[in-house]
Amino acid sequence: MGKAHKLVQWDPHNVKEKLLEKYPPKVARKRAKQIMINEALENTTPEIVANVRTIPGIITMRGCTYAGCKGVIMGPTSDIVNLAHGPIGCGFYAWLTRRNQTDAKNDTNSNYITYCMSTDMHDSDIIFGGEKKLAAAIQEAYDIFHPKAIAVFATCPVGLIGDDIHAVARNMKEKFGDCNVFAFSCEGYKGVSQSAGHHIANNQVFTHVVGSSTTEKNQKFKINLLGEYNIGGDGFEIDRILEKCGITNISTFSGNATYDKFASANQADLSCVMCHRSINYVADMLETKYGIPWIKINFVGAEATAKSLRKIATYFNDQELIDRVEAVIAEEMVAVSEVQKEVYPRTVDKTAMLFVGGSRAHHYQELFKELGMKTISAGYEFGHRDDYEGRDVIPFLKTDADSRNIEEIHVEPDPELFQPRKTAEELAALKKAGVEFKSYDGLNPVMDNGTIVVDDLNQYEAEKLVQLMKPDLFCAGIKEKFSIQKLGVPMKQLHSYDSGGPYAGFAGATNFYREIDRLVNSKVWNYLKAPWQEKPELSATYVWE
Amino acid sequence: MLLRHTPTEIKERKALMINPAKTCQPIGAMYAALGIKGCLPHSHGSQGCCAYHRSTLTRHYKEPISAATSSFTEGASVFGGQANLLQAIENIFTVYEPEVIAVHTTCLSETIGDDLPQIFNKAEKENKIPKGKTVLGAPTPSYVGSHVTGFSNMVKAMAVLAEPSARKNGKINIIPGWVEPSDMEEIKRLCTLVGTRINMFPDTSGVLDTPLTGKYSMFPKGGASIADIRDSGSGIGTLALGEWCSADAARLLDSKCKVPCSVLDMPFGLKATDRFIDILRTVAGTSVPDEIAVERGKLVDMISDMHQYFYGKKVALAGDPDQLISMTEFLVSIDMHPVHIVSGTSGKKFEKRIKEITAEMECEVNVKAGGDLFLFHQWIKNEGVDLIIGNSYCKYIARDEDLPLVRWGFPILDRQGHQHFPTVGYKGGLRLLEQILGALLDRRDRDDPEESFELVL
Ligand code: SF4
Ligand code: SF4
Repeated sequence: MGKAHKLVQWDPHNVKEKLLEKYPPKVARKRAKQIMINEALENTTPEIVANVRTIPGIITMRGCTYAGCKGVIMGPTSDIVNLAHGPIGCGFYAWLTRRNQTDAKNDTNSNYITYCMSTDMHDSDIIFGGEKKLAAAIQEAYDIFHPKAIAVFATCPVGLIGDDIHAVARNMKEKFGDCNVFAFSCEGYKGVSQSAGHHIANNQVFTHVVGSSTTEKNQKFKINLLGEYNIGGDGFEIDRILEKCGITNISTFSGNATYDKFASANQADLSCVMCHRSINYVADMLETKYGIPWIKINFVGAEATAKSLRKIATYFNDQELIDRVEAVIAEEMVAVSEVQKEVYPRTVDKTAMLFVGGSRAHHYQELFKELGMKTISAGYEFGHRDDYEGRDVIPFLKTDADSRNIEEIHVEPDPELFQPRKTAEELAALKKAGVEFKSYDGLNPVMDNGTIVVDDLNQYEAEKLVQLMKPDLFCAGIKEKFSIQKLGVPMKQLHSYDSGGPYAGFAGATNFYREIDRLVNSKVWNYLKAPWQEKPELSATYVWE
Repeated sequence: MLLRHTPTEIKERKALMINPAKTCQPIGAMYAALGIKGCLPHSHGSQGCCAYHRSTLTRHYKEPISAATSSFTEGASVFGGQANLLQAIENIFTVYEPEVIAVHTTCLSETIGDDLPQIFNKAEKENKIPKGKTVLGAPTPSYVGSHVTGFSNMVKAMAVLAEPSARKNGKINIIPGWVEPSDMEEIKRLCTLVGTRINMFPDTSGVLDTPLTGKYSMFPKGGASIADIRDSGSGIGTLALGEWCSADAARLLDSKCKVPCSVLDMPFGLKATDRFIDILRTVAGTSVPDEIAVERGKLVDMISDMHQYFYGKKVALAGDPDQLISMTEFLVSIDMHPVHIVSGTSGKKFEKRIKEITAEMECEVNVKAGGDLFLFHQWIKNEGVDLIIGNSYCKYIARDEDLPLVRWGFPILDRQGHQHFPTVGYKGGLRLLEQILGALLDRRDRDDPEESFELVL
């Protein structure tokens, strides 16, 4: 986009009006509540409507429950055989398409991520029921692979015809004896977005796997990393830093995950939550059942990474660790600052819009800040109100029919494994030192006054926003990528990073700085018009040399 | 090893599909619908299917793929999706203003038994369909068929619109099948060169290969217009390219509008293109211009130049039936040996055709319709090949077995350009040969020991 187009004046209220203008009245009324102008009134964050149904016919960015369950949460686990029970499509589309990397390097480790397994239901299975076929498929998978565990995922028609996948799983588990088999009722139509699928996945992992490991982990500083999916190798970079600091990551949920890591999660002494949306309830359950406190952290952005490491070190309250962390930060920041300094003059004052699934639309603002860029509009594909307004609103959230579909599991302190990691006094002291437990402020407070927060943005509004506010960069997913780019605005995928990454941690930050520099300064955006389109009038005659 | 758990020993599987060579019907229907001018495809089911289909098509074509969905939640799944679809139709016409909405079902709406024609009727009665606009629909339950049959079903739904007429329009209907936008463009070019007036549907050229200009239109200029599709009922004949993708629609035009049809192979490679051009000129009553003879001659020339590298080389092929039939024939015609052939789509006819095409080859040929890439890989493990031709998922096999791969078919997620460079026709043949030879010689350059690493190959 040429510089001349940059001087756009917009007023957020006008923008909102324009977004709603074309909708039928009912749609406009509904969308008005999901589009919010961020203007905090005395001590309150403005309210937004979120986690409600998508409007039929309005082209949504959302996916489904199955995608959240199989694709997001269970996708990155390498040694569990994932078996989609249903027609072929659902299994096919979730096959290697999310870019969560796995390190199962030596050949003795199991790695089923490259396999897509499905019962490939046919019409006869729909008419007569698919339980027999499912049992046979589980048996065949067991015979061929002999895995530690087989996870079964229900797709839309399975729920409708009423196959009891949990009973089949139970029977097969009993039959095998040496292979855990469990199932997920994650039919696509349950709930209103992927978020329901995260919930279903996490609940089952918690019920069937967590706490079952017999190997004892006795490192000194043990954490769990929740809500990190190792897209483009993010998790590898975070693990590198943690290791360098002397912190042991017992289990990442679920980037580069293995069965045993899940099973040992109860042995960590602190849970660190990255993507709040996809997993905050697991952090709560780990605390209730095993006594592990949790904090919200963010490894996206160099500053954010440093801050998060310090938080962890403060929690463990060990001088050696605190010093080590400071040393690592100092060392790593050298390269980060160098790249940042180089790139900054080319990115400063540029504007961005971020519309990603859950917490990413919040986390990535840190990185953009480091580049001097401003986020003028953001929102979540499947956030809930607490992701916008902070956890304080959770008690006030209404449960509607759709959320009631998602099973809440009730956990109690484990009679044997519960063990409080800190005393009440210790916790109070830490709180005083600035470590907030079980807390998350959400997206709204990080956004400037007058910016526009939109829940469940759709293609029409995305296009309008871009046309009206002319951002220098738009971030969303693959479905949005090319329509935005046709408008002459670079688009960065923040679900699966296009071909890039890692962007987490220190090395990730430098990757991101360079990538954003490339995107917002690419020459290609100057070529949209041919010379004869720039100046169509024939004002001079061509002079031959 | 990326597929380290794939054993060499082949055991029969009855229930478990591993690494499918097909996907579900709606995605094919969505692609076909994009080949109608001014059309917004609509997925009648829960929104996840639509998101998946759009993502996969976007990753393959590197173009915006717009499609709406009925966004079923539990309620719609129990009470039926009529209310959702009616609401969707109204919203779509108000907000996006397409000329056409092409609805396809999913396994969900099919399982609950939603009746599309009845819902369309109701929409009509309730004035939800503006004057002059069209809503059409195809049943595409994903527990039947594959993405190929889904494509075919949507094309057939287009043929339903054709209006019978006693007056012929002098045009030939061409149903090109699931090929790239670039291929559709090439088919049109060849027809023009032969001097045939055609009506082609679907036509994704000009829709899924648009320029970057700073403007975005959800409905680009390309595509087959509804008027032309209606007019196909007055065609003098229909050429359906590919039994699986195109024949149903062509036969419907025949039975409904008395437009005679001929089902040909997709024009990949020398012989299939020959037959296509030959029948074109016969039905149109024209003679083939020199230009085409020259193009053909160039392909034959290239075959003779490259023959030494191709002769006797073994190839494994995975993909969709119509494409595979022509590709197998092409490979056999240049003296290569396609020895393992898997189509994810079922059909006994497919295996029979492949057996016929490969009958003169001396080596054994493994062929399976309704197979998967797991079996395909096992075959390769048991009998090695020199080259794999297939979609991007084949790259895992190619790397594990250290084999060159030519990406061809659907989906191609990790390479670009296929939407712009045709592989049909004689020119497309040149491109295929170039890719095959490039893959084989790159491998040779990599593997040759220093003393036999030569500049001139
Ligand atoms: S639910 Fe059915 S239509 Fe949807 S993606 Fe899965 S197989 Fe395809
Ligand atoms: S927001 Fe991002 S990390 Fe969280 S669930 Fe969604 S895609 Fe995953």
